[in-house]
Amino acid sequence: MKQDQLLIEVKDLKTYFFLDEGTVRALDGVDFNIWRGQTIGVVGESGCGKSVTARSILRIVPKPGRIVGGEITLHRQLDAEGNGGRTEELKLTQLDAAGPVMRSIRGAEIALVPQEPMASLSPVYTIGNQISEAIMLHQGVGKEEARAKAIEMLDLAGFPKPKERIDSYPHQLSGGLRQRAVIAMGLSCHPSLLIADEPTTALDVTTEAQILRLMRSLQQELGMAIMFITHNLGVVAQMCEDVVVMYMGRVVEEAPVDDIFHNPTHPYTQALLRSIPRLGQKTQERRQLESIRGTVPDPYSIPTGCAFHPRCSQRIAGVCDKAAPPYIEVEPGHKVRCVLYGANGA
Amino acid sequence: MLAYIARRVLLMIPTILLISIISFIAIQLPPGDFMTSYVAGMRTMGENIEQEAIDNLRARYGLGEPVYVQYYKWMNGIILRGDWGQSMEWQKPVKELIGERLLLTVILSLVSLLVSWFIAIPIGVYSATHQYSIPDYVMSIISFIGVGVPGFLLALIIMYFAQTQLNMNVGGLFSEKYINAPWSLERVIDMLKHLWIPVVILAVEGTAGGIRTTRANLLDELNKPYVELARAKGLNEWKLIWKYPVRIALNPFFSTVGWSLASLISGATLISVVLSLQTTGPMQLRALTSQDMYLAGSFLLILSVLTIIGTLISDILLAWVDPRIRLEK
Amino acid sequence: MTVSSPTNDQLREPAVEDEILTSGENVYVAPPWKLMWWRFRRHKMAMVSAVVLIVFYFTAAFCEFVAPYDPDAPFIQYKYSSPTKIHIRDAEGQFRAPFVYQTKRGLDPNTLQIGYSEDKTIRYTIQFFVQGFDYKLLGLIPADIHLFGIPVAGENQGVFLFGADRLGRDVFSRIAYGARLSLSLGLVGVLLSLVLGVILGGVSGYFGGWIDTLVQRTIEFIRTIPTIPLWMTLSAALPADWPVTRVYFGITVILSLVGWTFMARVVRGRFLAMREEDFVLAARLNGAREMRIIVRHMVPSFLSYIIAALTLAIPGMILAETGLSFLGLGLRPPAISWGVLLQEAMNLRSLVLAPWVLWPGAAVVISVLAFNFVGDGMRDAADPYAR
Repeated sequence: MKQDQLLIEVKDLKTYFFLDEGTVRALDGVDFNIWRGQTIGVVGESGCGKSVTARSILRIVPKPGRIVGGEITLHRQLDAEGNGGRTEELKLTQLDAAGPVMRSIRGAEIALVPQEPMASLSPVYTIGNQISEAIMLHQGVGKEEARAKAIEMLDLAGFPKPKERIDSYPHQLSGGLRQRAVIAMGLSCHPSLLIADEPTTALDVTTEAQILRLMRSLQQELGMAIMFITHNLGVVAQMCEDVVVMYMGRVVEEAPVDDIFHNPTHPYTQALLRSIPRLGQKTQERRQLESIRGTVPDPYSIPTGCAFHPRCSQRIAGVCDKAAPPYIEVEPGHKVRCVLYGANGA
Repeated sequence: MLAYIARRVLLMIPTILLISIISFIAIQLPPGDFMTSYVAGMRTMGENIEQEAIDNLRARYGLGEPVYVQYYKWMNGIILRGDWGQSMEWQKPVKELIGERLLLTVILSLVSLLVSWFIAIPIGVYSATHQYSIPDYVMSIISFIGVGVPGFLLALIIMYFAQTQLNMNVGGLFSEKYINAPWSLERVIDMLKHLWIPVVILAVEGTAGGIRTTRANLLDELNKPYVELARAKGLNEWKLIWKYPVRIALNPFFSTVGWSLASLISGATLISVVLSLQTTGPMQLRALTSQDMYLAGSFLLILSVLTIIGTLISDILLAWVDPRIRLEK
Repeated sequence: MTVSSPTNDQLREPAVEDEILTSGENVYVAPPWKLMWWRFRRHKMAMVSAVVLIVFYFTAAFCEFVAPYDPDAPFIQYKYSSPTKIHIRDAEGQFRAPFVYQTKRGLDPNTLQIGYSEDKTIRYTIQFFVQGFDYKLLGLIPADIHLFGIPVAGENQGVFLFGADRLGRDVFSRIAYGARLSLSLGLVGVLLSLVLGVILGGVSGYFGGWIDTLVQRTIEFIRTIPTIPLWMTLSAALPADWPVTRVYFGITVILSLVGWTFMARVVRGRFLAMREEDFVLAARLNGAREMRIIVRHMVPSFLSYIIAALTLAIPGMILAETGLSFLGLGLRPPAISWGVLLQEAMNLRSLVLAPWVLWPGAAVVISVLAFNFVGDGMRDAADPYAR
């Protein structure tokens, strides 16, 4: 449930990758906010920068990438209890990524649930070992206590018989169980923000439903914010309160979930929604599945101006290819980056 | 796990048998036998032996009998009595001659292996995590040279410099007085003092290869999701690198311990000839050129058995270290 | 949960404009070997090494031309002489074309040993394409031109780039001649291993089943025997009185007996990987015959890997032959290979007097390194998935 306190502010974030072949502007001015307790979905096609955003917040952008501009601010609570206690502002972009302050935030304040649970767990250590590790590191407890807490977490994550199976190795578990273990690992230090990077993409539909249900109930129980990264609009509709739509390294639209689906303003969002196959579509109409024309541009040569203009059916020649459109709030809580919505609104 | 070991041990037996056959056949390949080269040697020195004496000696050594009979007698001796035959040249039991030489070969190879690991792994890890840095390039060049320069050449060069610059004779594993002495603490110390040069030479190639393997394997692992998640948990960078990707990257080391030992034993042969070490190399060479049948055959057989034991150990090590394999048995 | 569709007045029909989207590119498709060449070119070390190898093999093919002196010709007066120094500045400080001074032999009063000094009054300019000893180019064409030298009989003065050995033979010429045997043996040995390896490895990988198990066990078994002791034992079987060519081929066969295992593993590995590849399945589903699948689809895919593996196997052969000949078990005098030449260095006293007899070792190291670099470059160029 979205609260009134800001948790993360991302302002004009720019993350570039410096490769031999050229510079990839993976994030080129990303703006959005995350509030305490909010479930926010980040959607977009592959390569739009969703994962890079997550990694930028966590400051684990792999070389040859790095944050070259913008700010990420974390509003961390100083009292153990919360409820409007004192907060401090930490500019994550100014911290040393490998330094003790950032490391105390990673895993404890902000946690990651990655995409592929099999590849994300080391095959030579038990899940108990890997979960307890974070607990011992951030909560300063000994092995026995960490193990007890890990069992608690596994239980919370819906892992069956955690006491018996905490000493299993990842390859002994099924995909769904591994994902629960990874979720338990992320929750183990009671983070304020859980970043879920396509957590169900690698799972079958039934398991996916279970995991999504789990995440919703955990969120209600623990009151943490979830940043849900996905390309699946159906999941977004199910899980999120607010949605951020990204394209080629920029946020093009941001709105509450209902508005996104009922009142999409950006041409890209509209095209995305049109391309969803719908149940109950009248067969007499025999409409072809609509796709967005063209392909995602080569990351080394992003189009000038608005990055979407070559594929946009509503582009205005001479305007859209010249300058990037400003980010306008068309309604409270609903922002869009498109010249169609000038300072005058829709 | 035990069943796995038992199975491997059982498989060893036919392999060893096969190798013994091959060793024996290989020894028989040169035309003639010990007597012919012995007699030829005598003749060049101006001595002449009568045919009768030659025939007597032949019969005594069993050289006239058919091959399979000789083989059978030899194998019988080994299995039942631990008797590896008699060296015709040295007039001593093979067991006595090989014994200490074998021990020194094993010591030399093991020490070189451990040294090469201790040096190669940290350097490889550093190289991989600091890719394209200057130390990385320097290490690459050094390791390339290590792979390219054969051990015996290195031994020759070192011998030359030691002699001319330091006026030091680096040959041999012992000083004069300890060569034939019984084992004692002083002898061990003496050996260690002489051991380091052959170890360094022998370890060069292993280290170079080890650096490249570690670097390549680690580079493969560093980009994998489990490393990223470990980092996302807030772990210290160095700790997580050694705990997670290095651990996996080292798997090949465990699985190839057997082969590494075999190649070290092999390489030691050449180096020990150059440096006149008291290991198996020089004696095996002599035995081959003089067709001292049982001695030469035993060398090949016992060295192969060593390798097989080494492979067994490395299989066990790998199974112990990698839970994916361990738990499947 | 179904998603309700946006209301119609918010949707606009997509316009049908094509200029920006499909800009009619002409696509040039380069053949695979060209792609490989372009990628190979980017490896500077591999390119440099390739040039070095070309020079070495040129020397091997035309060793009589490159060598200034007959490798077996003993210049007794120049026993153990150190490498002749080449000057470009004479005693008065003037620059001249490269030349050498007359070498004088004398007794060193301090050490009472034969020493060599330079007589600075007599100069010999080094010439290229000089007349020298007779030979037959490639064994066919009689000639007597050599790459460099001085137009004076060797007994009077020699240009010994790497000095002379204990019999006064020019080490440089011997190295040049040695290149022929050492480098060619590597190639022949590797080709033999390749034939055996491709047949056995290919069969093993393609058919699988018990054939595969049998071949695999054999490979494991062969690898269990330590190589140098094995080679030593087998080489000792070559009778001492065999002519050089027979010994040469004997060594090749012996080395290949172990070498094929390496090739077989590479071939089998590629076959196994490719059996799972979807493009093979696609070809099969299209109805292609097995033979066509193998030749048209699989072979080009692993050809590049094979070539890279071949290149990387050659240094092993060269090192093996050098080692064996060095021990006296491989090629023997009067054959000239780098390993045979290194035998000279075995005698410590000899080595101290004339350390330049180690130069053949440099030739070995350089060729091995060059092959390694080229092989690495090829392997990187061959892998279609490398960046």
